[in-house]
Amino acid sequence: MNSINQSGWKPEMGNAGDTAPATYTDNKALMLEEALIFEIGTAGTTGVDLADAPQVGARLGNLERHRDIGLPGLSEPETVRHYTRLSRQNYAIDLGFFPLGSCTMKHNPRLNEKVARMAGFADVHPLQPVETVQGALAVIHELAHWLITLTGMKAVAMSPKAGAHGELCGILAIRAALTARGDARSVILCPESAHGTNPATAAFAGYAVENIPATSEGRVDLAALKARLGPDVAGVMITNPNTCGLFERDMREISDAVHAAGGYVYCDGANFNAIVGRVRPGDLGVDAMHINLHKTFSTPHGGGGPGSGPVVLSEALAPYAPLPFVTQDKDQYRLVEEETADACHPDSFGRMVAFHGQMGMFTRALSYIMSHGADGLRQVSEDAVLNANYILRSLQDVLEAPFAHSGPCMHEALFSDNGMAEGFSTLDIAKGLIDEGYHPMTVYFPLVVHGAMLVEPTETESKATLDQFIGALRNVAERAKAGDPSLKSAPHHAPRRRLDETQAARKPVLVWREPEQAVAAE
Amino acid sequence: MTRYFTEDHEWIDVDGDSATVGITHYAQSQLGDIVFAEVPAAGATLKKGGDAAVVESVKAASDVYAPVSGTVIQGNDALEGDPALVNSDPEGEGWFFKLTLSDSSELDSLMDATAYQAFVDGL
Amino acid sequence: MRYLPLTPSDRQAMLGVIGAKSIDDLFCDVPAQARLDGPIRGLPNHASEMAVERHFSELARQNMTASHHPFFLGAGAYKHHVPASVDHIIQRGEFLTAYTPYQPEIAQGTLQMLFEFQTQVARLFGCDVANASMYDGSTACWEAIGMAGRITKRTKALLSSGLHPHYVSVAKTMAQYTGDTLDTLLPELSAQTDGARLLAAIDGETSCVVVQYPDILGRIEDLSAIAAKAHEHGALLIAVVTEPVALGAIKAPGEMGADIVVGEGQSLGVGLQFGGPYVGLFACKEKFVRQMPGRLCGETVDAEGKRGFVLTLSTREQHIRREKATSNICTNSGLCALAFSVHLTLLGEKGLRGLAQLNHALAVQAADRLSQIAGVELVNDSFFNEFTLKLPTDARPVVRALADRKILGGVSLGRLYPHVDALSNGLLVAVTETATQEDVETFAAALQEILA
Repeated sequence: MNSINQSGWKPEMGNAGDTAPATYTDNKALMLEEALIFEIGTAGTTGVDLADAPQVGARLGNLERHRDIGLPGLSEPETVRHYTRLSRQNYAIDLGFFPLGSCTMKHNPRLNEKVARMAGFADVHPLQPVETVQGALAVIHELAHWLITLTGMKAVAMSPKAGAHGELCGILAIRAALTARGDARSVILCPESAHGTNPATAAFAGYAVENIPATSEGRVDLAALKARLGPDVAGVMITNPNTCGLFERDMREISDAVHAAGGYVYCDGANFNAIVGRVRPGDLGVDAMHINLHKTFSTPHGGGGPGSGPVVLSEALAPYAPLPFVTQDKDQYRLVEEETADACHPDSFGRMVAFHGQMGMFTRALSYIMSHGADGLRQVSEDAVLNANYILRSLQDVLEAPFAHSGPCMHEALFSDNGMAEGFSTLDIAKGLIDEGYHPMTVYFPLVVHGAMLVEPTETESKATLDQFIGALRNVAERAKAGDPSLKSAPHHAPRRRLDETQAARKPVLVWREPEQAVAAE
Repeated sequence: MTRYFTEDHEWIDVDGDSATVGITHYAQSQLGDIVFAEVPAAGATLKKGGDAAVVESVKAASDVYAPVSGTVIQGNDALEGDPALVNSDPEGEGWFFKLTLSDSSELDSLMDATAYQAFVDGL
Repeated sequence: MRYLPLTPSDRQAMLGVIGAKSIDDLFCDVPAQARLDGPIRGLPNHASEMAVERHFSELARQNMTASHHPFFLGAGAYKHHVPASVDHIIQRGEFLTAYTPYQPEIAQGTLQMLFEFQTQVARLFGCDVANASMYDGSTACWEAIGMAGRITKRTKALLSSGLHPHYVSVAKTMAQYTGDTLDTLLPELSAQTDGARLLAAIDGETSCVVVQYPDILGRIEDLSAIAAKAHEHGALLIAVVTEPVALGAIKAPGEMGADIVVGEGQSLGVGLQFGGPYVGLFACKEKFVRQMPGRLCGETVDAEGKRGFVLTLSTREQHIRREKATSNICTNSGLCALAFSVHLTLLGEKGLRGLAQLNHALAVQAADRLSQIAGVELVNDSFFNEFTLKLPTDARPVVRALADRKILGGVSLGRLYPHVDALSNGLLVAVTETATQEDVETFAAALQEILA
C-alpha cells in the first residue's frame, strides 16, 4: 500500500509572531543586496561575442595601449541580473505617486518609447545628406509648429539639451538683441523664489542679478518692479505660474512695463503644465520661454536625464535664435547650419551644441502631443490644477499653507513646516512619507517659505491615489506635530536608512578602488 | 584682546593692528555639519563687508564677509583637512583667517559680546 | 482620453471639496483677455495610439537607415552594435521613470549605477575621478574650458585644429560671454597635426590647450609633449575623445598627462538617434574635483553602517550656488549613462579590447581598398576606425551621388567646413564592426564609378 501522503507536504502557517532572524546573505526575500560590478566582474569575462579581427599591421601612431584599463566584464545573465536587482532599489513613476513640485512627474506613455525606437528615427546619423532624412526633419518641424501654436509665440529654438540649457539660450538671445541695437545693459531681475538656475544663467551671461520682492500674496510686487526698471535693466526672469504654485495675475502689466523700459521678458516654462491649452504665454507678453519636454510633454526622467529644453521666442528675439534649425521650403525640409546661416539667419548668436538637438525626445514629445490633441492638452492643465487644489484644500487644516488665503493655486500646492513639534521639520515628514510608499514632495524649495513642501500631483493620478496620499501625509504630519520620535529615524523600511551626506562631502569617494589601493590612499 | 561681532555672525579678535576672524557658535549651529571651508590666500586685500571666505554645509554655501578692511596674513589651513573644526570649536580652533587692519575705526560700528547676544536672542 | 484617469463624477466630487463651482473658477487669476475659451485652434484633437503610430511610421519610412545600407559616417557619432539586453534594461520602469536621486534611500539603483559609471569613465580615460555625465561631448568641452579658466585664472585657450568644428563653434559661442579668447585654426589635409603650432604657442598666459584624440580627421597623436609644456607654464591639457571605443586600443589621455578629459559616450549603448540624446563624459585629476561641473555620486554609509551612495559636493551646482554657480548644467544624461555603463559591463576589458582591435583592423583594410581607387589618396598615417580620403574632386556632391545609389558613404569635409576650399575634397570615412566586406566593396565600386 502507498503511504498516505507520499510527498510529505502539509500546509503549515507557522507562527507569525516570531521575530525575523538575520539572514546569511543579508538579503530579505525579494529585497536583494547587490555588489558593484568591480566586485563581481573580471577582466577576462565578456558578455559579447565578437568576430576575430583580421591580422593587419597596426597604424595607431605607436600609441598602442599597454596598460590594463581596469574594466570588469560580466556574462549576459549576470549583467541582466545585476541591473535588474539595482532597478528594484529605485522608486519610479511606474511604481507610485511622485508628488514633486516643479518636476511634473506624469505618466510616461509607452507609445512614446515605441515611436522613438522606429529605425527611421533611431538609426539615422545627424550628418547624413538632408535628402535622406526628410522624415526626421519633418518630425522636428511638426513639433516646432505645435510648440509655437500652443504658446502663441513666433519661433522656437529646438537645439537646447535641457531646461537650464534652454534658459541660457533665452538669455543669450536677449543679450544678442540688446547688443544689436547698441544698448548693452547690465542687470537682470529675478524673484527671490526663482529656481537657482535662473540667477546662475543670468550671471553666466554677464548680468548682475537683483531680486524682485514678493507681495504677501506670494506674487511679484509690481510696484517695486516698476520702480526698479530703468535703462540698465536688460529684462526679468519670471516663472509663471510661479514657484509657489500661483498664477502671476499682473503678468501682462509686468511685460508691458518691462517692454516700455526697453527690456525683455524671459519666462521659465517649468510650470507650463498648469496652463497648457488654456493660456498662451505669448498673450502675456513673454519674449522667450524654455519648455521642459521632460516635464509638460512626458519624456521620461530616466533617473536624472536626458532632458530637452526648446525655447519659444517672440518676433523681437526670433532673429537671434541659435543654430541649427529646420525650415520648410515648399515640400522640402532644410537644415540651417553655419553655411546657410548668412543667407537666412545672419543674426544668430551661434551654435549651442553639436548636431541638432534631442531627436529622441522630439519623437516622444510629438507622440504625446498628437495623442492628446488640442482638447486633451486642455484637459491636462484642467486636471492638473484640479488635483493640486484638491490636495491644498484637503490638507490646509493640518499643514500650514502660506498662500491658501490668496485664492486657488495652480498645478502645485505649497505648504510649510510651521507648527511642527520642537526639533521636527520638513525633512522628517519627507522621510516618513518614504515608509508610507511615496517619493517625498519637493522639499526646501522655494526658499521663500520655511521648510517648504511643494506638492505637484499632475493630471495622470486618479482620485483614489490622491485620497490615499492625503491620508498618508495627514498621518505623517500629525506624527511630526506630536513629536513622534520614530519619525526622526525614518525611513525604516526602505532599502537604505538615512545616509551620511556629511561624510560623503567631507571625504568624497567618487570612484571604486581595490581594497589595497583604498588603504594606501588614506 | 577684544572680541567684536557682526550681524552676519562673524567674530573678530583684535590684538593691536592684527586680528583673527571666524564665525560664531550660533552661525555654525544654523548651518549644520560643515563640509568645506574656502579661506582667503595670504596677501589678499579685503574690504569691510566684502566677500572674504565661503563656508559650505551639505546643501548650502554661505559667504563669510570681512568685518573690517585689511590684508590677509594667512588663512586657517587646518580647515582644509578638518572642516568639522568649524562645528566643534567655531570660536577657537575653527578660525578662518588672520588679517592686518587698515582702518581700526571700522571696529566702532561692530557689536560687543553683550550686544551680539541680545541680537541673536531677538532673531 | 487614455492617459487621464479622472472621471466626470470624480471631478464633481473634488470641486465640491474645494468649494468651487467649475474648473474655470480655479483659473480666476488669469486675466480675462489671456483666457482661451476653448481648445487651441489650428491643432487637431486627440488621436488613438494606432493613428499616431501610423503617422510616425510614414515619416520614419522616408529616412535612409544605417542598418539597411552600407554605412560609413562618423565625425563624432558612431554606429556600433548595441547588445539586445541594453535596451531591455533601460526600459525597466524603475530606471526609465525614476527621478534624479535626491532621496537616496529609495534611489540606490540609480546611484550605484552612477558610481559604477563614474569609475568606468575615470578608468577608461586614465583619470582620478569622473562625473555623472553631461549633456554631450560638445557642452562637456566648453565647460572644461571654463573650468580651466577658473583654475588657472587665465583667459587664453588654445584649440587644436583637430577639434571637431561643432565643438569649436560651441566653444566660440560661449567664449563671447566668459571673456575667454580662443586661438583656433582650421585643419589641413595632411598626416601632420598642428602639434608643433600648439607647442610653440603655449606660454604663461595660456589657461588650457584643447586637443581631440583621435582628431577630427582621425589622426592619433602623442599628447605627452603638449602636456609637459602646458604644465611647465602652469596651463592645463584638456583632451577630447569623441570615440571612446578607441581607448580599447590606444593609450588613455590621462596616462599621457591630460588634466581634464572630456568626450562623447554615444558609441557605447546609445545609438545614432539623429544627433541626440547623447552622453557627455567628464573626468579630471582629483585635485580639481571641486571645480568640476555636473552631478557627482559618492560612496557613504547609512545609519545602520551599510554601504550606500548619494549625490555629493552639491554646493557646486546651480540650484544651490545660484548666481555664484560655476557651470550651467542641471540635468545629466542619466538614462544614456546607464546604457553606456551596461554596454561597457557586457564588453568588459577583454570585450572592449577585442572590439577596438576589430574596428581598427577593418578600417585598415577599408582604407587600403579605397585608396586603391584612381585619384583617391589616404591622408592619414595613423587612425583608429575613421580616416580621411582626399578625392580628386569636391566631396560633397560625391556623398550625394553615393546616397542616390543607396550608400551612406561618409561625411564630406565640405559639410563640416563649408566654403573652405582647401578642405572641400576631403571625405571622412568611419569603419566599425558593423561594416561587412561586402559593404566596403559596394562602397568602393560605387565611388570608383562616380569618380570616373
